[in-house]
Amino acid sequence: MIRLIVTRLVLSAVLVVIASLAIFVLMSFVPGDPARTILGANATPDLVARLREQLGLDQPLPVQYGEWLAGVLHGDLGQSVLSGDPVAQLIAVRLPVTLSLLLLSTLAISVIGTVVGLGSAVRGGPLGRLLDTVSLVGLALPSYWVAIVLVALFAVAIRVFPATGYQPFVDGPVPWFLSLVLPVAALSLGGITIVAKQMRDSALDVLGRDYIRVLRASGIRERSIVFKHVLRNAALPSLTVLGITVVGALTGAVFVENVFVLPGLGSLVTQATTSHDLPVVLGVGVVFTLVVIVVNLVVDVLYGVLNPKVRVR
Amino acid sequence: MTAIGRSRALSTGILPRVLRKPLGVVSGVVLLVIVLAVIAAPLIAPADPLAQSLRDVRQGPSAAHLLGTDSLGRDVLSRLLYGGQESLAGVVEAVLAMLVIAVPLGVVAGYLGGIVDRIVLRVVDVLLSIPGTIITLAVLAIFNNSMLVAMISVGVLASGAFIRVFRSVVLGVRQELYIGAARVSGVDEPRIVLRHVLPQLRGVLLVQITLFAAATLGIQTGLAFLAFGPPPPAPTWGGMVAEAASLIQIDPWLLVPTGGIIAVTTLALCLLGDAVRDANQERFTFAGSAARRSPAAARAVERPAAPEPSGRSAAGALLAVRGLRVGFGERGAETVVVDGVDLEVEPGEVVGLVGESGSGKTVTALSLLGLLGANGRIVDGSIRFDGQELVGLSNAKLREVRGAGIAMISQEPMVSLDPSFRVGSQIAEAASAHRRLGRRSARERVDELLRAVRLDPSVARKYPHEISGGMAQRVAIAIALAGEPRLLIADEPTTALDVTVQAEILDLLRGIQQRTGMAIVLVSHDWGVIADLCSRAVVMYAGQVVESAPVRATFAEPRHPYTLALLRSNPHDAVPGEPLPTIGGVVPSPAQWPVGCRFAARCAFATDACRQAPIPMVDVGDGRMSRCIRVDALREAVA
Repeated sequence: MIRLIVTRLVLSAVLVVIASLAIFVLMSFVPGDPARTILGANATPDLVARLREQLGLDQPLPVQYGEWLAGVLHGDLGQSVLSGDPVAQLIAVRLPVTLSLLLLSTLAISVIGTVVGLGSAVRGGPLGRLLDTVSLVGLALPSYWVAIVLVALFAVAIRVFPATGYQPFVDGPVPWFLSLVLPVAALSLGGITIVAKQMRDSALDVLGRDYIRVLRASGIRERSIVFKHVLRNAALPSLTVLGITVVGALTGAVFVENVFVLPGLGSLVTQATTSHDLPVVLGVGVVFTLVVIVVNLVVDVLYGVLNPKVRVR
Repeated sequence: MTAIGRSRALSTGILPRVLRKPLGVVSGVVLLVIVLAVIAAPLIAPADPLAQSLRDVRQGPSAAHLLGTDSLGRDVLSRLLYGGQESLAGVVEAVLAMLVIAVPLGVVAGYLGGIVDRIVLRVVDVLLSIPGTIITLAVLAIFNNSMLVAMISVGVLASGAFIRVFRSVVLGVRQELYIGAARVSGVDEPRIVLRHVLPQLRGVLLVQITLFAAATLGIQTGLAFLAFGPPPPAPTWGGMVAEAASLIQIDPWLLVPTGGIIAVTTLALCLLGDAVRDANQERFTFAGSAARRSPAAARAVERPAAPEPSGRSAAGALLAVRGLRVGFGERGAETVVVDGVDLEVEPGEVVGLVGESGSGKTVTALSLLGLLGANGRIVDGSIRFDGQELVGLSNAKLREVRGAGIAMISQEPMVSLDPSFRVGSQIAEAASAHRRLGRRSARERVDELLRAVRLDPSVARKYPHEISGGMAQRVAIAIALAGEPRLLIADEPTTALDVTVQAEILDLLRGIQQRTGMAIVLVSHDWGVIADLCSRAVVMYAGQVVESAPVRATFAEPRHPYTLALLRSNPHDAVPGEPLPTIGGVVPSPAQWPVGCRFAARCAFATDACRQAPIPMVDVGDGRMSRCIRVDALREAVA
């Protein structure tokens, strides 16, 4: 188990390097000059040259990358081309928003997805068909569209939740929670249906296994069969899907944050992309990569805990 | 469906199969209409997508504007048609980029294996862990909002998952016999890949393309929604959703057509993908499944009159089954597979239930515990256990009987234990199903039960995958014994085990039976096992009991031609050098049960009378029963 985690971590470090290198290489293909882009077409060559030097753009690419990487290791992600603020600071301010969104969504996806999936496997019939229909619709509707409709329904029409904006957790958990209900709903809908479908399929598979019949033949209570044996065995394949879904929610967060005007990393990276602020895009990229790595690591560890065959003694 | 029809269906390709599914046809047609309409936008669009008309702003649907107009009075339908060009082109770009990378890498990794495979899998790991959105956004930032480059990067970044899918398909194909045959006969490798491997990939490829296209459409429109697409006033699907969002309080209608076209296209792609997947799976699994169900013929079989109980008294029986009929399939149109079975088991008696596969012996055994599954039910008859009627009992009441009254061990010990829990926990759970046990006494009980099946108590700490098949069957027996049942149903308990282990398990069962005095119903097709353990044999054929007699007498003088044939085909008695004796023909499936004697077609003694009417069970003396009217002829032949 520990070996598994260490291998994973080493691989992850390699991954961050490769991902960031990829962006750097892409940058070398950029047709224009970032300094000129920032200063505009009317800037004097002298001014452009000075900015290039200031941004380190006059250095050869490998040197630029080396310096950037060395900075990352010290927690320095460079400076925003646009505002001059340290990227690390920009990210630090906005990270809690995205993490709150992601954590609550993960919670919603795993809990609701499991309950609905298991329920429709055991009860079957209409509930299963309803899940099929809802999951198709949930998959088909883009999350940003769902977000807009949610705003229209719950924030504008019946004013239950705030339409947009974010309330920090430190200002009180209730406003924080209320400000996230709609974004989380928009972000989770697709994931819930995917996890629920997977849960139902694997629960049905488990229910057909011989050992379930043996458990019934031993007079074990149905409650224990469903919540202990079926849940435990069906959880394994669902866990993998949950991991993929949570990574996908990271992408969804970019859209949802924009609709709900949440000051998170998603809206930051969108603004940075619009204004060609590459250090910020790169910095957010590193953070997102780290989140993906952590999610995958957690999934691997949970998988090992749930599956005795993986557990290494 | 006839056999000929089925084989023809098998040989057809994927497309005709998809076209036979309503959902496949509908989604395919919808998709085709959307794609054609978008391509032909300049020809069919009712208006110029950019033409503003300040007199017609924000109108709902009308004859002039089928989907209404936006805030600048532009025709929504026309804008959707033109806007789709960018979106659909983006989808095609991303899908092509994905295919160009994923197909060669997947095929090469799956086909070559070894070091190539490992390297490709590493690359896939990396691709899968990169947050694609950020890279795509970075690409947009670098390449000045070029949607083309962005969509290609979406395709490249997504290729990791698809490499895995294609690789595993190729891996499966490679192991098929005909590929090996082609290799051995010297066909060169690229040719094998082109001629034999790639065609197998086609179905999976189609499924993955549709699903990926659906996902890509979401990303493409999402990027346009975030204003990374062509700048206004150019129409884009995502951009139109954004426009609608800004007007949500004034004109909510605009959200419907703009989100609707994306949802409908995505839905059509997903459903088409599902249909292709189903069609693809059918191609490989079609043959086996549909054969068993043909209810009409089964119902035509008349139910034979319930025979009088034989000389044996039912009063003292532990288990008394009368006229048991079990059906599978839809209620009211069941296929009856067990048809009027009578069975009695005295306390402490060991009864063997013998017959070929398909005779209904396992279904009979399962129905005793009410464990027929969702599809099967007891249609008629009575099962009395210890004086209590089990048929019609609620699940909760049945649960009290299961384990404590009647317990079961099954054929495949390795799959009859839950792989996620330690052996000890599973035994403890069975032990505490019927009475409360503290933690300590549960552990003592587990130790005691493990010793009873001659296993070391340390086995309790093991997981099922850590023990052998023989040990697993012992554990299964321990679980069955945990509730101190009075009747044990052992369904082919040794079939899946090695010969040496078989003998040990039979010894164990005999020892336990003698010590506890519990009765056993042993389901088996192996006369050796029956002779070893049972005092009475009940022979089943085509859902009926055909003979019931003491084991010794059954062996010496069978009173039913089927019993005789079964005994003669026992491989243990085969003469070395001679071909193994077998019974000609096969057990008829429930759909093909004849009106008269069900064995007549395979019987050397059969006469016309045998085929005319259902044959009742008759008392043939010495407490023996037989479902044969040619017993006298049989008696002479055996003597």
